[in-house]
Amino acid sequence: MHSLILSTATRFLTGLMLVFSVFLLLRGHNEPGGGFVGSLVASTAFALYAIALGAQAVRRALRVDPRTLVMVGLALAIIGGLLPLIEGAPLFTGVWTDIPLPRGGYLHVGSPLIFDVGVYLVVVGAVLTVILTMEEEVL
Amino acid sequence: MTAWLVALPILVPFVTAILAFLAGGSITVKRWISVAGAAVLLAVGLLLIHQVYQHGILVGAMGDWPPPFGIALVVDFLSAIMVAITGITGLAVAVYALAEVDRAEEHVGFHPLFHLLLGGVCGAFTTGDMFNLYVWFEVMLISSFALLVLGSRKAQIDGAVKYVALNLVSTVLFLVAVGLLYGMTGTLNMADLHLTIPQVENQGLVTAVALMFIVAFGIKSALFPLFFWLPAAYHTPSVSVSAIFSALLTKVGVYALIRVFTLIFTQDVGYTHNLLLIIAGITMLTGVLGAAAQNEFRRILSFHIVSQIGYMIMGLALYTPLGVMGAVFYVVHHIIVKANLFLVSGVANRLTGSFELKKIGGLYKSQPFVAVLFLVPAFSLAGLPPLSGFWAKLVLVQAGLEIGSYLIVATALLVGLLTIYSMTKIWNEAFWKSHPDAIEPGTGAVALSRRDYILLTAPIAGMAALTVIIGLWTEPFILLATAAAEQLLNPDAYVNAVLGARP
Repeated sequence: MHSLILSTATRFLTGLMLVFSVFLLLRGHNEPGGGFVGSLVASTAFALYAIALGAQAVRRALRVDPRTLVMVGLALAIIGGLLPLIEGAPLFTGVWTDIPLPRGGYLHVGSPLIFDVGVYLVVVGAVLTVILTMEEEVL
Repeated sequence: MTAWLVALPILVPFVTAILAFLAGGSITVKRWISVAGAAVLLAVGLLLIHQVYQHGILVGAMGDWPPPFGIALVVDFLSAIMVAITGITGLAVAVYALAEVDRAEEHVGFHPLFHLLLGGVCGAFTTGDMFNLYVWFEVMLISSFALLVLGSRKAQIDGAVKYVALNLVSTVLFLVAVGLLYGMTGTLNMADLHLTIPQVENQGLVTAVALMFIVAFGIKSALFPLFFWLPAAYHTPSVSVSAIFSALLTKVGVYALIRVFTLIFTQDVGYTHNLLLIIAGITMLTGVLGAAAQNEFRRILSFHIVSQIGYMIMGLALYTPLGVMGAVFYVVHHIIVKANLFLVSGVANRLTGSFELKKIGGLYKSQPFVAVLFLVPAFSLAGLPPLSGFWAKLVLVQAGLEIGSYLIVATALLVGLLTIYSMTKIWNEAFWKSHPDAIEPGTGAVALSRRDYILLTAPIAGMAALTVIIGLWTEPFILLATAAAEQLLNPDAYVNAVLGARP
């Protein structure tokens, strides 16, 4: 079944939800949010896209196999956990650094952000693997 | 540095999985990474046993958050032994898989999933936090589900649906129980729970939550009456997958039961542990009777997993030093023997063309070496001296007699006899009688290349040798199991190691 209203609305909603998911990911360190929650919103966006336009459209939009996302995410999460090794601190200790910005001010980033991005990718990848497989099976 | 050491059992499989995935198109590279990763995991396990022997219980606070606030990884003898045994079976199955798993299945991700599963299992063995344990259960469930449907045959999907449905029930119960536990005590650190549980006013509620854990872990470890997902699923995937499942998945449930019912829920032993004892007895019986009715190689073995789980829980339920020691020893013995039997079933299938006992035969005459490789673990499973199974059963029977639980001892002995019946059935049908289609095993359509033959039999021979070694040179293993049991029954050392010594 192809619904013009749904597919048109989905094009707007998907973008909006993806932006929101990144917002959730970034605010996660100090406020409610984080990689897991953000990725669930992102997965919902892709699931909606799959319902409206089909699993193939999602695969085209993603450009990479969702399983690759899982593994890259896992690698990032582990790298985030291993970074404290540089300072000789225990695993998963947060290490922070300030990157100077061109117009003054600093960007405060650290290993928890890398870890969270990793979690984000793992969950998006895993959920999409399941959803896309099932969606293609039904067809 | 301890934090790094205790995290190694989790890091090694995960890094292996990532490398094996990113190796891209080259299957040869993937395979070598997989075998090397399993070998490193085994080395880590042995290192951990050595370190626990030297320094006592190892504790690592993740993220430098001191327990009970952060997640602590805790490795005592039991955890270290379990990691080492995971490494042994992981290595054996990784080698075996080189000749057994389809190229197509390797392409869609057998090696990474295999190591993710090992990582999940090791995580469950090393964590010192209830919620973290839940997370590892989920990691295991997801990767085992993916492994189970790898290949997408119809029977596999059917088995996987039952497997996932029942395991999800278990997970939900586990999560609810963890929530209730947190509501009562305000902590999820296992060592801290040991201290706070006795202070809870409503001890009846504590027992109720303990029962929820029995059900949740009981589904995981295939206890009566919650075992039926296991024989429904384990004979469907490739032999490598069913071997690693049979070795590790149910044992994680057993490990969790042992951990929780020696460290946390020890208030109402008269009720909870007696219940466990009854469950253990019925589990043994139903498993072995179910196996007697089966005629498919792997289904028989699957039902025997259920009956063997009963022995381990019996050791825990007796709750004496000898009993718990017997449980630990039995877990080690069982993992080696059971994985080995599954691997043998795969070889028999390759040589004769089927898992159905009615359709195969003639293995003894044409493949005497394979016959010996079957006999060693089969006799060990049944408990014939001088193999590892004999000592495992002997210790448990002795522990039962010591406190006068004659009924469970009688059940254990009877189930041992019935196990011989099942093993004899496999022997008669697959090895002794001649092949019904007059096929000479290992020739013509069922011929094995030399490479495959070596890769398939080498891990079996290695594990069979291990069974014999444990049987003939039992003392160090018994001593290790005794040390593990001592730590389990004296949780103060565990608590002090995690939370620091207090007045």
